[in-house]
Amino acid sequence: MTYTIEGKTGAWEIVVGLEVHAQVISHSKLFSGASASYGGEPNTHVSLVDAGFPGMLPVLNQECVAQAIRTGLGLRARINLESRFDRKNYFYADLPTGYQISQFTHPIVGEGTVEIELADGTVRHIGITRLHMEQDAGKSMHDQDPARSFIDLNRAGVALMEIVSEPDIRCPEEAGAYLRKLRQILRYLGTCDGNMEEGSMRADVNVSVRKAGEPFRTRCEIKNVNSIRYVMHAIEVEATRQIEVWEDGGEVDQETRLFDPSRNETRSLRSKEDAHDYRYFPDPDLLPLVVEQEWVDELERALPELPDDKRDRFIKEYGIPRYDASVLVAEQAIADYYEEVAKGRDARLAANWVTGDLFGALNRTGRTITDSPISAAALGGMLDLVSDKTINGKIAKEVFEDMLETGDSAAAIVERKGLKQVTDTGAIDAAVADVMARNADKVEEYRGGKDRLFGFFVGQVMKAMAGKANPAMVNEALKKVL
Amino acid sequence: MSLDPATVRRIARLARIGIDESDVPALQGELNGILGWVEQLNEVDVEGVPPMVGTGHAALRTRPDVVTDGNCRDAVLSNAPDGVGPFYTVPKVVE
Repeated sequence: MTYTIEGKTGAWEIVVGLEVHAQVISHSKLFSGASASYGGEPNTHVSLVDAGFPGMLPVLNQECVAQAIRTGLGLRARINLESRFDRKNYFYADLPTGYQISQFTHPIVGEGTVEIELADGTVRHIGITRLHMEQDAGKSMHDQDPARSFIDLNRAGVALMEIVSEPDIRCPEEAGAYLRKLRQILRYLGTCDGNMEEGSMRADVNVSVRKAGEPFRTRCEIKNVNSIRYVMHAIEVEATRQIEVWEDGGEVDQETRLFDPSRNETRSLRSKEDAHDYRYFPDPDLLPLVVEQEWVDELERALPELPDDKRDRFIKEYGIPRYDASVLVAEQAIADYYEEVAKGRDARLAANWVTGDLFGALNRTGRTITDSPISAAALGGMLDLVSDKTINGKIAKEVFEDMLETGDSAAAIVERKGLKQVTDTGAIDAAVADVMARNADKVEEYRGGKDRLFGFFVGQVMKAMAGKANPAMVNEALKKVL
Repeated sequence: MSLDPATVRRIARLARIGIDESDVPALQGELNGILGWVEQLNEVDVEGVPPMVGTGHAALRTRPDVVTDGNCRDAVLSNAPDGVGPFYTVPKVVE
């Protein structure tokens, strides 16, 4: 089903491409030895290279190159063994050198692909055009003084990866799925923390609209959107605006726009009319970057298992449904937790408990998997008691809640509360006989053909035995006498 | 290739160089002279020759990912004409 927006003249399709800026995880900056860590007193994570002092020369950080290559491999993209750095020239107060060192004509990573999955289970492949390395700029603060802007260069020169997608995205949901998947891959790889609130991952969104079957129309670029939700909103808002322009007989100008979430609109950045005239040229301070295929191979061998591969392995190895597998690999820590619970146990049961009761408990208590009040070993210990029939499924829920509260082991709780499942046929038979005696009328009805009443008897017997009876044995005993 | 007066003004604006309208003809002549001189290179047949990026055959030097610099705010701010506390300041930039 194609997503469309209804205009006065009929349905319009939308076309979206994303440019994601992902901050590289590294100790020092892309071309200087200053710290790349977040925070820090203003202008302390700055070297004279970052501040653009005359005569300072950039020296490339080897680890940033490794991070870019790992990311390229994670995006199943081509690694360019030779790439180059160019100067992108523009004037802004937080760009001390007057140019940003970037990779324009020869990026380190070429075409790749990201697989996304939508809520209805549809799988799509979004093409990656390229990934290149570049420097971040500093930060301007406009609200400190009526006449002046304050500049902090701590971010200036920190390594970014710009990841450019093909215009393959056709609806806001796909844009959201793409960003979540990209963030998941970056986090698995350990190349970017993907934290959009702190600005370590941000997106420029290219949007255009067209009638079915048409070639692309003019696009607009919405700059610096800093949450997945805003990206999805901005696409819808901008597409709706463009449809109105076209339908009123106007022409969409190719321009840069800003999304204002508080007013739910995009507006033009007219001040940047020269913004696209960057006069790129090769940076004369830097030779071409040549990497050896052996090094790329070495980096590839050391990559962690990627989310798609892990999901496919979970389906195969643990026999769990694709949906559960996708949920379990969302974060590496969740996947690790699950594997520890599932190892040597009923893997489907483990998946149900992790995605059901455990996630519910984490939600309720505001915790994450890494500080889960119930460890994987503890949850596994409880599942062992279910598997060896010490407790039944219903009692297990009670034990789980107790574990959550007290932090005790399942075995200790079963012992303390006397929850051990009753498998003594004598006790069960006695309870069955008692229930039948007290409900003679219902027994009559059941024997008269009202099969549905069987569940009622099971319930009554369980109740009589405080929920501790083995359900299979209760069924057995009831069938015998009824 | 020859630059017209509009292109000369545009280049100046992109470079943030303020020029007088009366300077434009002279600058146009000088820039065209430079371009004409460089254009002699077009006479060389470079078909099939890879672009040369330097005369040395050295590889790009890289450095290990270690923090070795920074924490020198006084030096960084030493040339700031209008510093306030730990910041550079510039005339207000809106948007």
